[in-house]
Amino acid sequence: MRVNVEVNGEQRTEDNVWEGESLLSLLRDRLGLPGAKNACEQGECGSCTVYLDGVPVCACLVAAGQAEGRSVRTVEGLADGDALHPVQQAFVEAGAVQCGFCTPGLLVATHDLLSRVSHPSDGEIREALAGNLCRCTGYEHILDAVRLAATRGGGRRDQEWRSPDRAGRPGAGAPRDTGDPECER
Amino acid sequence: MSTATRETVAGRVGDSAVRPDAALKVRGEFAYSSDLFADDMLWGATLRSPHPHARIRSIDVTAALTLPGVYAALTHADVPGENRYGLDHRDQPVLAEDVVRYQGEPVAVVAADHPETARRALDRIAVDYQVLDPVVDAELAMAEGAPVLHPECPGGNVLRHVRIRRGDPEATAEVVVTGEYRVGMQDQAFLGPESGLAVPAEDGGVDLHVATQWLHVDQSQVAHALGLPPEKVRLTLAGVGGAFGAREDLSMQVHACLLALRTRRPVKMVYGREESFFGHVHRHPALLRYEHGADRHGRLVSVRAEIVLDGGAYASSTPAVVANAATLGIGPYQVPNVRMDCWGVYTNNPPCGAMRGFGAVQACFAYESQMDKLAERLGMDPVELRIRNAMREGSTMPTGQVVDSAAPVAELLRRVRDKPLPPPADPTDPRDLPGGVANTTRGDGVVRGVGYGVGIKNVAFSEGFDDYSTARVRLEVLGGEPVVSVHTAAVEVGQGLVTVQQQIARTELGIARVTVLPADTGVGSAGSSSASRQSYVTGGAVKAACERVRDTLCALAATRLGREVGLVDGKLVTADGAVAASIADVLGDEVIERTVEWRHRPTFPLDPLTGQGNAHTQYAFAAHRAVVDVDVELGLVKVVELACAQDVGRAINPQAVLGQIHGGSAQGLGLAVMEEIQVVDGTVRNPSFTDYLIPTIVDMPPMVVDVLELADPHAPYGLRGVGEPPTISSTPAIVAAIRAATGRALTRVPVRPDDIALAGSASRPVPSRPEVPCD
Repeated sequence: MRVNVEVNGEQRTEDNVWEGESLLSLLRDRLGLPGAKNACEQGECGSCTVYLDGVPVCACLVAAGQAEGRSVRTVEGLADGDALHPVQQAFVEAGAVQCGFCTPGLLVATHDLLSRVSHPSDGEIREALAGNLCRCTGYEHILDAVRLAATRGGGRRDQEWRSPDRAGRPGAGAPRDTGDPECER
Repeated sequence: MSTATRETVAGRVGDSAVRPDAALKVRGEFAYSSDLFADDMLWGATLRSPHPHARIRSIDVTAALTLPGVYAALTHADVPGENRYGLDHRDQPVLAEDVVRYQGEPVAVVAADHPETARRALDRIAVDYQVLDPVVDAELAMAEGAPVLHPECPGGNVLRHVRIRRGDPEATAEVVVTGEYRVGMQDQAFLGPESGLAVPAEDGGVDLHVATQWLHVDQSQVAHALGLPPEKVRLTLAGVGGAFGAREDLSMQVHACLLALRTRRPVKMVYGREESFFGHVHRHPALLRYEHGADRHGRLVSVRAEIVLDGGAYASSTPAVVANAATLGIGPYQVPNVRMDCWGVYTNNPPCGAMRGFGAVQACFAYESQMDKLAERLGMDPVELRIRNAMREGSTMPTGQVVDSAAPVAELLRRVRDKPLPPPADPTDPRDLPGGVANTTRGDGVVRGVGYGVGIKNVAFSEGFDDYSTARVRLEVLGGEPVVSVHTAAVEVGQGLVTVQQQIARTELGIARVTVLPADTGVGSAGSSSASRQSYVTGGAVKAACERVRDTLCALAATRLGREVGLVDGKLVTADGAVAASIADVLGDEVIERTVEWRHRPTFPLDPLTGQGNAHTQYAFAAHRAVVDVDVELGLVKVVELACAQDVGRAINPQAVLGQIHGGSAQGLGLAVMEEIQVVDGTVRNPSFTDYLIPTIVDMPPMVVDVLELADPHAPYGLRGVGEPPTISSTPAIVAAIRAATGRALTRVPVRPDDIALAGSASRPVPSRPEVPCD
């Protein structure tokens, strides 16, 4: 089948896609975007997290055909040219990257969290990232990275890209600011 | 004379330098082994045995080959070299011949133009199995009359037995506690699955791009199986998505090369998660029986122990794991009289080998459980009992080896004990309660417990192994600036070794621009990225190679300048401290390149009868305090906080050191409360991340960490291996805390809810000692 999909702002068309392929394999094996990772194939680890029409999804659980006519944003689409996104920069500085296999998914999940909650509490961070497994870091430096990104306004960038209507998704809605500096530790 | 001012470059030893691969990794542009592509590439896939033990009557691949898009279907008959590999001895077939010894053993491989075509081709391969009874109990496998799984093994199913006898093994003591403990099979569960790309070469050889832990040991095994000289099997490290021991053995390496050489096309193989559970070795399940004897003041008199490690179907690194469990098996304590027997055994369970902690993990759960039991018997504080018996510098191991550098066991324990305790959980926030947002409890029946653990680990390879690393360091001037490149075969698995190599080169040469070249077999072996050894051994090699480069540069400068100079902060400086020249001035177009093979102090074999010998080159220690909340009715555990203290000798990169301690502790938490490969009759029941649970960010509590830097005079910069110790002591600390909260005996890890909630009459009364009710 043919799949038309907008990926990181670019319209892409791919022919001869097998119906059984996932969005993840479409991105990785056909569109040359291996940033999203395949680590469990069951939606348990979050390594393949990408935005689909502005909503984070596990790309391994989305059929390639389901992306037809829709918009996808992957980890490769977070940076602004040579400049890392503040969330990416915070992961680098905080030591949140070891092997890095979980990193692309965590970056998208963090990007999403901070766009909804600009200064999340530790509890909110943990809950938001509970679907992203990391085997290297024990998560401490990931928490540091999210806190650091929040203090730098990591969620305030590129709001315009986001889909305006996020109704129906738990926890979704207009970006809000808890405004609680205590949360930043 | 140059007028340049001297300034120290950033990113030296002791700095929290940023990893050079971090930017690529956050951009999603770092090329992991599963990301590789080549033009005209085929996809490989592996047919595995569904049976843990069976005779193969026949294999027929004809139907697979008739499927359009399939280019090869290979069996053992297609292995051109010897169809055997293995880290310790070559007992494992590349593809099974007449018998399969574990569920998941590779039987055939195919190459096709789409991964789904390859998978369908596997379905068309007909294998006629005669199913045999599996040997699944390690103790029964040792018994006389058990079916022998490897007829060539002289010990029957016993792969190795290590005996240690110290002092009077029959010594009696006033107070004696005994215990029997079990450790389940843990998986390394790295996130990046086994994968690689094999590319056939013009010279009849093959280039393999792969995620591994030790390029050269892969090279020698692959070449042996392919029947090629090693120089025709060239390996380049692809991006590694974690390792933790699981990549020390071969997985798809030979298979991909076989398919590439047969089809003359590049072949990529990538395991899925389920296949990954069958594609690598695991942590040995263990049965441990201990008897601790002490005087009434709590001074240890004797330890007698028997440990049985289930090695599964093939040897892998079991012999070395046995030696570790035995030599480290009484823990970081001074004990005059020791009788230790440890066996590694063949069964038809999944093969077991290296995992972070490597034999020390299993023993630590048992000996620390024993120390708590002894403390309770004596009415002593468990930390006080440990401190009273703590080993220190100058102590003698049960092997007779004297510990000849810092061993701050008592200090580590004091540090974790003296940390402030965390506040009670907020019963209104389900995230803080056992069961979490599943909202299973509202705080009633939740009891807090505190527990301690301390452990010991050897660093680097032991027992006389020629354990070395090779580093090639090159200095040249590019664009008017000195540039250093470092080339080793040392594998970056995520731990930060590339950063450490940069930091060492900057420190030794005072030059900011340091490039670490891709690791490959174009330079000598670096040994394995395991045993917490690479900062020590490859770090030592890079340091030594930099020193040679520096000496050569200074000699060249002396000739050119007509006086003696030294290299200080990247400038050539005279004895009175004046800058005599820049490197660029002296070097011009010349290139200085030096290659060094570097070894740590030699180790020696253990005496086969007494287990005496200086088997290890360095010891490392960590201690944990765990605070848990347990819903004693539902059996649910929430680890509230982990405190850790560890001596690292010298923190080459403090941020990376913390990352190791956090991550290692998390894996110990996993073993304590959730991680187990469930094997029933030799069959794995939970090969997925849905059913094999590893800690999430919700499971992992905040950590407070003290890092001690007590230099080891024998090691580069005084450093001590970091990676493994935190994995060892976190498990017993957490289980001790659960015991404190529940009064249950808890002799097995991982602790399951049933062990807490349904333990019935086996429980002890809940002690009054450290717990605080939650609400």
